[in-house]
Amino acid sequence: MDDWSPLWLSLWVATSATLIAAVAGIGLAYVLAKGRFPGRGLLEAIATVPIVLPPTVLGYYLLTALGVNSPIGQAWERFFGAPLVFTPTAAVIAASISALPFVVRTGRAAIEEVDPRLEDAARVAGHREWRVATLVTVPVARRGLLAGVALGFARALGDFGATVMVAGNIPGHTQTLPIAVYDFVQAGDGAAAGTGALILAGIAVVVLLAVTTLSARRI
Amino acid sequence: MTPPALARRSVVVDCTTSVGEFTVSAAFDAAKGITALFGPSGSGKSVTLASIAGLLRPQRGSIAIGGTVVADAAAGVHVPTQARRLGMVFQDAALLPHRTPLDNVAIAIHGQSRNGRRDQAREWLGRVQAGQLADTPTATLSGGEQQRIALARALAGHPEVLLLDEPFSALDLPTRKSLRQLVRDLVDAHGLTALIVTHDLDDIAHLADRVVLYEPGRSTVSHDVVGVAPEALPRLLGLMT
Repeated sequence: MDDWSPLWLSLWVATSATLIAAVAGIGLAYVLAKGRFPGRGLLEAIATVPIVLPPTVLGYYLLTALGVNSPIGQAWERFFGAPLVFTPTAAVIAASISALPFVVRTGRAAIEEVDPRLEDAARVAGHREWRVATLVTVPVARRGLLAGVALGFARALGDFGATVMVAGNIPGHTQTLPIAVYDFVQAGDGAAAGTGALILAGIAVVVLLAVTTLSARRI
Repeated sequence: MTPPALARRSVVVDCTTSVGEFTVSAAFDAAKGITALFGPSGSGKSVTLASIAGLLRPQRGSIAIGGTVVADAAAGVHVPTQARRLGMVFQDAALLPHRTPLDNVAIAIHGQSRNGRRDQAREWLGRVQAGQLADTPTATLSGGEQQRIALARALAGHPEVLLLDEPFSALDLPTRKSLRQLVRDLVDAHGLTALIVTHDLDDIAHLADRVVLYEPGRSTVSHDVVGVAPEALPRLLGLMT
């Protein structure tokens, strides 16, 4: 591989997307675990659907939602002076939405596992619900939450279908490493494809080890 | 104006609480000193305690603490747990595993600087004879040590009412004895109204001033047990021996 820009872009996109998915996903996980409100089932379904959709289909809908003819796309263009689709930002959005369900599902399970007695003890000690969440629930569930974030990172880093639909495959601009690997294979550059694949596989294994360690260790 | 009789009887319970299919009706008063809710496991004593704490909401009836109505199903009153000025000790201590014993006590203290809270927490740890445990990792504490710290946390917010939910049942006999004495001393020293849920007759014999008897699903009668000899208790409480 002579040009390392796909790796740097991938790391940047995956990191940004993981931050977004972590904040939104942990918030959603908390609401889904604790809240009893109408539409909760629907909200959960929407947050989960990116797992079950084929990535290109997810990307197709994102392209429809964010494209130059969509209300969001037009508002973006009016504000920033350039279209949203086929930019690194679009890649971040695609990766965030791909990663979100992993944070939500893993995080929700972790939050539901927190002993309600610990939360009750904080309530009796005079703390309001948001403080119970930050003082007890999130710190006690932190391993599960981090495991979900790590899975989300792996998913964000590995996304191909959704990213290629909304961000395209522009070398040096929106070409992430998984897409570059595909291009290398198409171009018959086996060595570069092998290097890219090895890097992605290596990161995936590291993430897997991190998740296993986080899930296995109990406080 | 609160009638003096009501203020003196600091906890007045007359309510019905349902948890899923299980319904518990309780009616009793608890004055200063230690009142035990005594009965077989599963009779609903802990449900009553959680209702007093505001962790559960009664479907019928009312609860008053120190003359203030904190729950009244008919009037739609439900004072949140945070505003009830309670201390509570759970069977399994329920300490935050990721915080030190000192922090666990300090979280119950409000309205001061961080250092002020920690100083007070340290004093409370001293009062429960756990001063040396302030910075010991919480997960490594024994059951008795954890309950001492839970007791300090429950009292550090200067509650009017102390609720104890089977606090000794996971402890060995010598630890139970010393913790009973500690609870007795602290309740007397701070003039507290304490309610203890238990199914251990020894708690009645060595700790309680008053007993509220439970049978499955409801409280029945109350007895004063101050000065009653332990061997006379089963007969007084109508227990089979």
